[in-house]
Amino acid sequence: MLILTRKLDERIVVQGDIEIAVLEIRGDQVKLGVQAPRDVKVYRKEIYEAIQTENRAALAATTSALPEIDLGGKQG
Amino acid sequence: MTIETKAFGKIEIDETQRLRFPRGLLGFEKFKEFALLKADREPFFHLQSLDMAEISFILIDPFLFRPDYELDVSDAELEAIKVKNQEDVLVFAIVTIPASGTTTANLMGPLVINKEAREGFQAILSDSRWQTKHDILRELAETRKASC
Repeated sequence: MLILTRKLDERIVVQGDIEIAVLEIRGDQVKLGVQAPRDVKVYRKEIYEAIQTENRAALAATTSALPEIDLGGKQG
Repeated sequence: MTIETKAFGKIEIDETQRLRFPRGLLGFEKFKEFALLKADREPFFHLQSLDMAEISFILIDPFLFRPDYELDVSDAELEAIKVKNQEDVLVFAIVTIPASGTTTANLMGPLVINKEAREGFQAILSDSRWQTKHDILRELAETRKASC
């Protein structure tokens, strides 16, 4: 992992077209701004990991255990 | 073509049942070729990997139990799966059936599919209303109560 120390308002450039800025520092919270081309996706890591974890958990499902879903009387 | 499935063993499918996920799924980026199959029980589907029989996800239409579901997906993401018309977009949530406990659906990471081009991706939603484990039966009951 590349470790860089930045002060407020300083930035990091990744690959030439992605910029990360330190916008605000308040107590133990750091507000970061990310500027990137529209096809580059940026996520909070815990959200990314939660979905990965859930995808893996979903594989353990056995089809014999599909629950009954009563959709009777559903209005279109 | 003949494929090996987790739910049904060896079955025949045609091209219209094939789906391509150019970026795979989160944690499963190398799995790009799938078949979308109807499950034995409505309203479920199976997203069966064509690369590995064990990799198969159970899917459900999230709007069935959360008619208020909203996806904030960018134009760039829809363009990546060649969407030209909104009506070609299908949304599915992956279902988790635990050994004990209730069956849940992942609304934080829905599958967005272009049924015309037969391509899809797993979206990541940052709206805090959508979690990875929504209790399908409970939310369906709540939806019914609300509409009475």
